[in-house]
Amino acid sequence: MRAGRRGIERLNIVEKILARASGEKEVSPGQIIDAKVDKAMMHDLTGPRVIDSFREIGVKRVWDPERIIVVFDHDVPPSTIKAAELQKKVRNFVREQGIKYFYDIGRGGVCHVVMLEKGHVKPGELIVGADSHTVTYGALGAFATGVGATDMAAVLATGSIWLRVPETLKFEVSGKLQKRVYAKDLILHIIGMIGAEGANYKAMLFSGQTIRDLGIDGRATICNMSIEAGAKAGIIEPDEKTIKYVKERTGEPITPIRSDEDAEFTKVYEIDASRLEPQVAIPPSVDNVKPVSEVGGIEIQQGFIGTCTNGRLDDLRAAAEILKGRRVKDGVRLVIIPGSQEVYDRALKEGLIEIFIKAGAIVCGPGCGPCIGISRGVLADDEVCISSANRNFVGRMGSPKSKVYLASPATVAASAIKGKITDPREVD
Amino acid sequence: MRVEGKAVVYGDNIDTDVIIPGRYLVLQEPSELAKHAMEGVDPNFPQKAREGVIIVAGRNFGCGSSREEAPVALKHANTKCVIAESFARIFYRNAINIGLPILEASLRDKVSEGDLLSVDLVSGIIENKTRGIKIQAKPLPPLAIEIISAGGLTRYVRKKLGLE
Repeated sequence: MRAGRRGIERLNIVEKILARASGEKEVSPGQIIDAKVDKAMMHDLTGPRVIDSFREIGVKRVWDPERIIVVFDHDVPPSTIKAAELQKKVRNFVREQGIKYFYDIGRGGVCHVVMLEKGHVKPGELIVGADSHTVTYGALGAFATGVGATDMAAVLATGSIWLRVPETLKFEVSGKLQKRVYAKDLILHIIGMIGAEGANYKAMLFSGQTIRDLGIDGRATICNMSIEAGAKAGIIEPDEKTIKYVKERTGEPITPIRSDEDAEFTKVYEIDASRLEPQVAIPPSVDNVKPVSEVGGIEIQQGFIGTCTNGRLDDLRAAAEILKGRRVKDGVRLVIIPGSQEVYDRALKEGLIEIFIKAGAIVCGPGCGPCIGISRGVLADDEVCISSANRNFVGRMGSPKSKVYLASPATVAASAIKGKITDPREVD
Repeated sequence: MRVEGKAVVYGDNIDTDVIIPGRYLVLQEPSELAKHAMEGVDPNFPQKAREGVIIVAGRNFGCGSSREEAPVALKHANTKCVIAESFARIFYRNAINIGLPILEASLRDKVSEGDLLSVDLVSGIIENKTRGIKIQAKPLPPLAIEIISAGGLTRYVRKKLGLE
């Protein structure tokens, strides 16, 4: 399929974005390119090491202070003196370099929620972030990928990065999702299907009517978890929903990039989502996915709703639908963390927060919370948590002897009420 | 570039959370991070690694987060090289960027825990001295060798920018 030189009219969205970013007419998978970065993002936890490497490179000024976004979210407000010191170091760097977009504690929220809602992501852009879940921004048709601290330091110094053009896997999804089945269930199903390295070094393009029917929040969930299959990027072709969302958030010009009509893909998967059940990823790997009907009954001590995967308004709405007028079971704590100040504010106005409080959940201020295993809900030995986050690795949320199951916010909410993993469709 | 050490063997999907759990990321100091290297899967690793080891693993080594602390912790725990059947892409870049040698090869049934390995990083030839066999790893891409030879990405960028 790839034999011979392809016409430039047959490129897919990933190749077109990378061609534009590297100033080439066309690029093909496997090619190493030197690409210009449109935006660079870092947070409180990766920032300090980025700064050290930046100093080591020895450039005085960052390449463009208006293209760098810094968000504090991983340990906010800081839980230790050490974390507070590291945040101070990043704050000082932001000031020293005149970085224009800085979301300090109380001003933003989870970086991958903030980046979308504050208009820092536009279709067709190349964005790198010092965080693996940077792939989230593909929800708006950008090519976005996570890098380590030293790679990010090199980007801050030069504004460019070397990339290998990835092969692209296309996931064509059709069929209407059943009631109480969500984007999260779909992406868990896909990861279960292709495995934890099923897309390693590759890009995942999600398309089809089911994807077009999703709102931006659901699309963000899908792209967010593409990294759990090893993907370099997850991406959705921009449509009228994308353009509307972006225009509401930035006055900057938008130049969307879409796949050519005859674009080629390394592999195409066709998925019928109409019969999909709620899914659960069983520890200790994200690709160990089963329908909730096969996992039901496992007792839990904690539920967690939030994160860059499922801390957006639609997620809180889905949880509230189940928690309204009900109580979290005794012996279970339910931690709910809105993904951003904006999500928090809107959830308050819609009455969602009141529903959560009356249900006996604890609502914390925007941030990553216990997902990263640092604070606000870490687990003790032998405890079991069902979480709307993205990783269930050993020790991810605390004790190496604890267990984390991954599911949609609705499944987490239903499980918190029953005290055991529960199909949200069993709750009216 | 040749490294030598005893093999420490792990399975598939060794993620960055078990290589260095999130709660230690504030430590920053490489020597402090090294004390917790592989804690999630093998708390004795730092002791095993003291004399210098080569990690041998299965598929998708280093999957998960972008934390550069993962290769940093391994390197400073005295890991001479990581040989895995495949690596997650961010870990792969990070390891090269900070100068932790890595190679792709399948060593299932060819290496046991404790075997003495000698690795030529440029040719990709792995010698299991305990068993007296040689295995050819996939050679590193030219750009990776260039970055490693420069002494890591920061030095590589410094050279590119004419700062040294």
